[in-house]
Formats: sequence, structure tokens, C-alpha cells
Amino acid sequence: MLLAFTQLGFSSILALVILGIILGMVAYSIYFERKIAGWVQDRYGPNRVGLPTLVGDLLPEKYGKFHFWGLGQPIADGLKFFLKEDIIPSHVDKPLFLIAPCVSLIVALIGFVVIPWGGQVAIFGQVFNVQVANPDIGLLYILGVGSMGVYGVVLGGWASNNKYSVYGAVRATAQMLSYEIPMGVAIMCVVLTCGQVRLEEIMASQVAGWNVWNLFYHPVAFIILWITMFAETNRTPFDLAECEQELVGGFHTEYSAMKFAMFFLAEYAHMITGCAFLAVLFCGGWDPIPFVRIPLFRPEDTGIIAMLAKMAVLFGKVAFFMFMYMWVRWTVPRFRFDQLMRVAWKGLIPASLGVLAVAIAGLYLGLHRTLWFTLPGNVAVVLVSLWVMSRAKDPVSGREANLPPLTRSPELGVQA
Amino acid sequence: MIRDEDIVRVEAPRISAADRLYLTQIAQGMKVTLNHLFFKPRMTVQYPEQKREMNTQNYRGVHRLNRDPDGRVACVACFMCQTACPAHCIHIVADESPWEDREKYPQLFDIDELRCIYCGMCEEACPVDAIELTYEYDVVGRSRDEMIFDKEKLLEVYDSTKDVKPRKNPKITGYQRTGDRGKYDQLRDRLREMTQQSNPISAPHQTVDGERAPAPENKENA
Repeated sequence: MLLAFTQLGFSSILALVILGIILGMVAYSIYFERKIAGWVQDRYGPNRVGLPTLVGDLLPEKYGKFHFWGLGQPIADGLKFFLKEDIIPSHVDKPLFLIAPCVSLIVALIGFVVIPWGGQVAIFGQVFNVQVANPDIGLLYILGVGSMGVYGVVLGGWASNNKYSVYGAVRATAQMLSYEIPMGVAIMCVVLTCGQVRLEEIMASQVAGWNVWNLFYHPVAFIILWITMFAETNRTPFDLAECEQELVGGFHTEYSAMKFAMFFLAEYAHMITGCAFLAVLFCGGWDPIPFVRIPLFRPEDTGIIAMLAKMAVLFGKVAFFMFMYMWVRWTVPRFRFDQLMRVAWKGLIPASLGVLAVAIAGLYLGLHRTLWFTLPGNVAVVLVSLWVMSRAKDPVSGREANLPPLTRSPELGVQA
Repeated sequence: MIRDEDIVRVEAPRISAADRLYLTQIAQGMKVTLNHLFFKPRMTVQYPEQKREMNTQNYRGVHRLNRDPDGRVACVACFMCQTACPAHCIHIVADESPWEDREKYPQLFDIDELRCIYCGMCEEACPVDAIELTYEYDVVGRSRDEMIFDKEKLLEVYDSTKDVKPRKNPKITGYQRTGDRGKYDQLRDRLREMTQQSNPISAPHQTVDGERAPAPENKENA
């Protein structure tokens, strides 16, 4: 009883609650993924499995069968995964094959603990952090855990003893290595702006004073971090680890039933944690509107209702970013691998270094928290990169020497 | 072999600096998908509740056995369809007809709908247009036996589909005259004219349909 009234007890309860919310969100983001896939392609998406199927069936005949927009689909999907045959091919490295999905899922599910979900809450005079754990290196923890996600992919790909799986794993590794650099550099901008690596303090610095979110100090860093998030979670347009056209299923080719489902859940859990991370770092976490103080959403509001409202706002932002993930997935085609590498090494890394330079200069001049300095700095980075790109030559293939000379004919639309 | 001078190698159009950032073009694409996400009509036909409009007159779905105007089975058990069927799915047991206007009638008439390939050859072969393929395509059963349709079942199919797809030759009265006789008469007359014009002396194709004299128009059944 006493334990429940310490931060440890509160954290344990919060961990369970958030875990439940995240798992529920995972199930329903798969549902919405399929819905959005359908809508983008002018279909309806899953709309047959009613949520309480019985209610739909018990309605009088004249109302027709009501399917509850297919909200029962995640349950049906889960049942399917449980009931399918779980095949372990004879040629795999069995221990690693079994460990890989577990590593994937565990790593994806422990990342959320350092996210500050709702400021502080006072229950019977006791003040608790609405955060499962509050280590000094919260930001480094989430980076470390996030990059551990590739372990599951690599182990799974390697253990499958299958060329395609290994290709997928190797691609995932190279991609992760390349995209962690701009990601880290973009996050450095936040760290320099806030002077903190504790997520809770980063959050607090965004709601202090004028409520200026980090998004407004460094929009370019925000966009870079956002893009690298897509790469970190292996989502389109960076899902080369599992591209069907080239690699069958990629790293999970040999996996079936629940083990495949664990990879699947891990991907979405990873996405949700990433979205929460992005929201906390750049978009003011639980703060609903920038530049404005709203009564329920001040740091000194510590009621339970305020906590719930703050959590709702943060989860709303997570939902928005999840929607963006899906919207982008059904819009943008997958990069080729050399394009992927080019985007990282020739695009994102120089740009992020530019923004970092702006942040460092701001810190040196004591202007790191002034919009009139950092915003023009970011614009300057964009302009410089545009100028460099306009000067850059087109990428040349190795076959260039063996090709016939260019035909410059006006009727083909090519200027002579 | 392609000659070298035939190869036209063109330069790829130069992408503007803004487009090389990808973001502008991605934004354009996102606009298109957003439009489809929320504002475009859905193309899906919600199948069991809605069905696509189809031409009910020429679809080759499940068979039916037509009834003549007196409500009797129109089949004369001539075995033409059974002979024509490439899948051997029609089985007829013929018997002496209880009626005076024809000699035989099918005592049993079974079609294995699972074996059938829905080619429509039976329909082509039938001299009295008794067997026809309907527009019903969603025929299901719980066992293979259930999918062997007997005479009564096939007649039921006729009863349920005749409103949408009437029998090809509703005017039929006697079995001497089937099909759209008027059309054939016109065609025969035209052919006769044409052959006489082109070859007025010998006219060897004069009797296109000459051996069978047309029967009287409205012969009633006994």
C-alpha cells in the first residue's frame, strides 16, 4: 500500500497503462493502415468484421447487418496469427531464429518508458512524474534502444539462413547506420537549444516562458529528424529491408504465425514510440497550442484531470504522426538503395550539420533561444543547400563511357 | 540488330534545385493521395449487398430447363446437349412422352454444375431452346451431391429467372417451328434473291431452306 504511493509504484502502474494503450494503438494502427491503404486507392478497406459481432447480428433484419466499420478486424487478425501453423524451417539457426522476434518486440516496447506523458501529477499531496523512468540520460536511452531495433532484424535475417533475408538484414543495418547520423545531429540541435538530455527537462523548457516549441527554433532539424524516423522504423519510402519485389519478404521471409506477428507488432510499437519522441522533442509534447498558455495545460496544473488532458494531447500528436506515416507510405514510392544512401550522406547529413552549426553559433552568441536568430539560420541552411543542389551535377552511372553520345534533337524536347 | 545510328539517347530533363530536395514533389504527391483519401468516391462494389450491373441476356451462368407455355418441361430428350457437352456433365434418361405433341421427354435430367465449364455448347446444340444458361453466377452448395442439379431444380431456376431473362422464343407453340422464324424467313428470302441475281440461269443455291417447307404459322397443340 505504501509502495503504491511512491514514484516506483506510480511508475509501475503507469507502465502497465501505457503499455496497454500502446498495444491497443498498435492493433488499431494496423487497422487504420489498411483503411488508409484502401481509401487512398478508392476502396473501403476492412469493413466486415463487426466489433461486437453479436450486436451486429442481433439487430433486426430490416436494419441490415451492421458491421461497425470493421472495427473487429484487429481481433480477427490476432486470432489468425495465433491459429496459423508456426513453421520453423529445418535450415535455420534455431536459437537465433527464436530470439530474433523477441528481441525486436522487447526493444520496441521498452522505449516508451522515458517519454514524459503528462508533466507532474499530485495525488493526495504526493507529486509524481507522469513518466515511467526519469534517468539523466533519457534522450540517449531512447536513441540507444531505438537503434537496438535493428538487432532483431539482423538476427532474424541471419538466422533464417536465406539469401533474401540476409540481404534484407544487411540493408537494414546499412540504412540504420547511415540515418542515425543525421538523426543524432538533428537531436543535438534540441539538446543545444534546451541545454538538457533529460526528456522531462526538454519538455519543461518548451512550455516555459512563451511556449515556444523546438519546432519553431529549428524547423529544418525537425524535418530531418522526421525523415530519419521513417528510415529508423523501416517504413516506406525507406523499407528496403522488406521490399517484396526484390527480397520476397526481406528479413521476415521465413517467419510465420506469431513470430511474424511479433515483428509486425514491433514495427508499429517502434513507430508509436518514435512519434511520441518526435512530439516531445520538437512539438511541445503535451502542450496543445504554442505561444499560448491554456489553463489546464500549464506545468503547475497537477490535477488528475490535467494529467489526463495532457496525455490525451500527447497521444493526439502521436496519432497525427502515425497518420502521417501511413499517408506517406501510400504516397511515396520506395527509394533505390543508392538513392537511399545518397539522401542520407549527400543530403541529410550536410543539411543537419548546417543546422547544428546554426545552433552552435546561437549558443556561442547566447542567442540559441531567440527566434530571430535561429529561424533565419535555418532558412539560410535551406537556401545554401538549394544553391549547392542547383550547382551539383547529375549523378553519373558507370556505363557512361560505353554509351553513344547524347542525341540533341529539338523535336525530342532536348535543347541543342 | 540495332544499328548505332538508330539509337537515340536523350538527356534526362534537368530537375530544378527545389525538386531535388524531393520535398516539393512529395508534397504534390501527398496532395493527390489526400484528395483520394477523403474526397474521391469509392470504387468498390459491396458484393453481397450490391451487385455489379451485368448483361443478363448473354451471361453464361447456371443452367435452367425452360418450360413451354403450358408449363411442361420443354426438353424433348434428344440428347443433343449431352452429346455436345465437352465436360460430360449432362446426364439424361429419356422416356416416352405422356403428351401427344412430342415423342420423348426427359425422365431424369441431371447437370453436374461442378463439372460444367459453362461453355454454352448445350445451349447452342438444343434444337428446341429448352436448355439455357442464366445470369446467376453465385450458386453454392454444401456438398458435391447438392451441386448436381436435377430436372426439378433446373425448372426452378427457370421459374426464378424467367422474369429477368425470358425464354428466347416465347412464341413457341409447336415443335416443328422453333427459333425466331420470321428472321430466318427474311434471311432465306434475301439469300434467294441474291443467288438469283448473281446467277439467274442456273441458281443452284435456290433451295437454301427448300427441303423443309415452312409449317403453318399458328398451329395449336392437341
